[in-house]
Amino acid sequence: MEGLTLSDAEQKYYSDLFSYCDIESTKKVASNGRVVELFRAAQLPNEVVLQIMELCGATRLGYFGRSQFYIALKLVAVAQSGLPLRVESINTVKDLPLPRFGASKNEQESRHTTSYSSDTENQGSYSGVIPPPPGRVQVKKGSVSHDAVQPRTSTDQQESTSPVVSPQQSPPTSPHTWRKHNRHPSGGNNERSLAGPGPFWSPFSEAQTGSSAGDAVWSGHSPPPPQENWVSFADTPPTSTLLAMHPASVQDQTTVRTVASATTANEIRRQSSSYDDPWKITDEQRQYYVNQFKTIQPDLNGFIPGSAAKEFFTKSKLPILELSHIWELSDFDKDGALTLDEFCAAFHLVVARKNGYDLPEKLPESLMPKLIDLEDSADVGDQSGEVGYSGSPAEAPPSKSPSMPSLNQTWPELNQSSEQWETFSERSSSSQTLTQFDSNIAPADPDTAIVHPVPIRMTPSKIHMQEMELKRTGSDHTNPTSPLLVKPSDLSEENKINSSVKFVSGNTVADGYSSSDSFTSDPEQIGNAVTRQRSHSGTSPDNTAPPPPPPRPHPSHSRSSSLDMNRTFPVTTGQQQAGVVAHPPAVPPRPQPSQVPGPHVHRPVDAEGLITHTSTSPQQIPEQPNFADFSQFEVFAASNVNEEPDDEAEKHPEVLQGKSTTPLAPPPKPIRRRLKSEDELRPEVDEHSQKTGVLAAVLSSQPSIPRSVGKDKKAIQASIRRNKETNTVLARLNSELQQQLKDVLEERISLEVQLEQLRPFSHL
Amino acid sequence: MAVCIAVIAKENYPLYIRSIPAEQELKFHYTVHTSLDVVDEKVSAMGKALVDQRELYLGLLYPTEDYKVYGYVTNSKVKFVMVVDSSNTALRDNEIRSMFRKLHNSYTDVMCNPFYNPGDRIHSRAFDNMVTSMMVQVC
Repeated sequence: MEGLTLSDAEQKYYSDLFSYCDIESTKKVASNGRVVELFRAAQLPNEVVLQIMELCGATRLGYFGRSQFYIALKLVAVAQSGLPLRVESINTVKDLPLPRFGASKNEQESRHTTSYSSDTENQGSYSGVIPPPPGRVQVKKGSVSHDAVQPRTSTDQQESTSPVVSPQQSPPTSPHTWRKHNRHPSGGNNERSLAGPGPFWSPFSEAQTGSSAGDAVWSGHSPPPPQENWVSFADTPPTSTLLAMHPASVQDQTTVRTVASATTANEIRRQSSSYDDPWKITDEQRQYYVNQFKTIQPDLNGFIPGSAAKEFFTKSKLPILELSHIWELSDFDKDGALTLDEFCAAFHLVVARKNGYDLPEKLPESLMPKLIDLEDSADVGDQSGEVGYSGSPAEAPPSKSPSMPSLNQTWPELNQSSEQWETFSERSSSSQTLTQFDSNIAPADPDTAIVHPVPIRMTPSKIHMQEMELKRTGSDHTNPTSPLLVKPSDLSEENKINSSVKFVSGNTVADGYSSSDSFTSDPEQIGNAVTRQRSHSGTSPDNTAPPPPPPRPHPSHSRSSSLDMNRTFPVTTGQQQAGVVAHPPAVPPRPQPSQVPGPHVHRPVDAEGLITHTSTSPQQIPEQPNFADFSQFEVFAASNVNEEPDDEAEKHPEVLQGKSTTPLAPPPKPIRRRLKSEDELRPEVDEHSQKTGVLAAVLSSQPSIPRSVGKDKKAIQASIRRNKETNTVLARLNSELQQQLKDVLEERISLEVQLEQLRPFSHL
Repeated sequence: MAVCIAVIAKENYPLYIRSIPAEQELKFHYTVHTSLDVVDEKVSAMGKALVDQRELYLGLLYPTEDYKVYGYVTNSKVKFVMVVDSSNTALRDNEIRSMFRKLHNSYTDVMCNPFYNPGDRIHSRAFDNMVTSMMVQVC
């Protein structure tokens, strides 16, 4: 086939038609009833249709593939425009109106009148028309049915007047259609009778004969029904009024009165239905529903209690089971009461059911109560349709006549938003809001993503930079190892993540901060640190337990918040890091953890990289290592402890002092203190070391608060955040460490007791 | 995985019972019936305190070699009994609790339906779907 270029509207239209015909979703449309129907609805002479089929290749292939179908549709349009059918005309004819399919899809006609501007007008025209047999008659039949001609012409007129009336694919919405459905005249073609969404299915050849028969039957059936079905409630307004409300019904009424009104109604229906969602509520219907609502609940914004609703709907004489299901569908907020929207939806479903439509499994979009009060017209766009269509909401919109492009456009939004809106099962009509929401969500994310490169360094001071440099130099080897955190498992994980996060941010900050020197020298380190941090967050034990202390290796930026650490650490190569991290605020670069206990041990171990100073490696283990690495402490025994403090003390004596004194002290205490305490504790206990390790990690993750002051607000906030995190971590650490302390003391006591037992007489 | 889920009314007759695979339905019916005694026992034991304080989730009622039975009772003495396959050891208590929570929510939705008479069997499609999802996913 030659290439077929379609405009957007055409594309949509055709794809909708295709999906409509593609009942088995096989992407191949056999010459089944729908296709036949469709082409018949095009009101082209039989020969023309056959020619089209040949041209598009369907006869050759035996079925309508998508391309064949599209070509066929295009040819239909060509034919309808009166142009000769040529293969070339597919692409050469520009500005071809969309093919019109009039009679075939009766169903939705009346229902969808609202969707089509011309509908009403068509309907009007129809009412005057005497019972032309169902528009279906179409050209083919020609004079088959008695009134065929008339209807045909009227249909044609309608067709011409109606805007591109898409083939009525969706299930009929009007009661008229429903009626047909119920009536289901003689087998075969009851095209009109709705067997669900599709128009009739009679095969092409049969159609003609069938249709006539059907028409006849149809005409016979024309009377009553719709109206009757429409208003089944005993107490509801008399049929006549009901009919009046319903556009289709109006038609029906007139037609009913006139024999063969059915056909008219069909035609009307045809006109109006087109792509509409069968579940759409027309204005007249809605008005009717609202009036009914008022009878029960005068306040339109109020609720109808369940019991009143139950009584009301019971009058429809539907089985309780179905009413129950209708209730489930329509009570959207599950509150046991019906708002106006819910009531309309329920009423609509009842009417549908009474007319023979099966209840959908889930509420069609057009019936969903609007979360945001958009106009009713919005409903038009979103129809998931009945069960049959529920699967392809996307199709529905495109199927809409081109006159409703806006609706189609809302679909993508709805789709997106609906997906993101987990609370709303269907795409609600409030697409706009949803989309807005979506967009709102997005920007929020980056903000909430804490770690994001907090460009602002918490610690702006120069000192930091220097320290960082030092650290960086030293941190290299420490970083990789960063075994600090071997022990503290539970806390560490969390802390690690925190710290790693912080590290990352710290790194970035650091980068920004220490643009000049510290970082330049060690880009790799930084990178390492960053990577290490990342790994930390997952699992790496290094960097002290919980919040992996900022990658020690990069003194400069390892920790977002713990620039201090960097500063402090670089000097003391690592040890400080722990310390620095340890105490959140204030202490500017913790002087290298000179006091850091377990000097040797820590240093190498100073995985956190805080300390990274190879020079003082053992001692370097900055405060942070303390956190993470009490293990290190143990490993290296106490011997190192003493050494370390000395070395480091110089750097930041005060800092360390503070730390050592309060190993278990409140986390925020300057890391220095912690370091000291760590030293003390080191020899004692593993657990403590673990704790301290954790602490160190936590502390390390602390941003150097003091520095942050100088930075922007953002940095401050970030640092505050970090500090808080560190606080919690440290608090936890604290408690754990205290627990460990208790345990250790108990052990000690037991050991002493044993000793005494073993040397019963020694003390005598 | 829940192989059987039952909703028992206050008077100890079933409002809803569904099990898979279908051929073992009778066995599960029997199991659920016997579990009612355990439920009552637990309820009465706990019931000394105010009903409000009584926890709705009863936990494991009794295990057999093939499966375990969990119970949940609402404040209106409507009981939910769930039989899960023992082979699925991955099911944690929390998951069972969440399943019961979902059951309870669906049950209240059913109750809210004015067309549902308390004491009738539950035919709600939404409830069915929810139970199916629980049984399928668990399986």
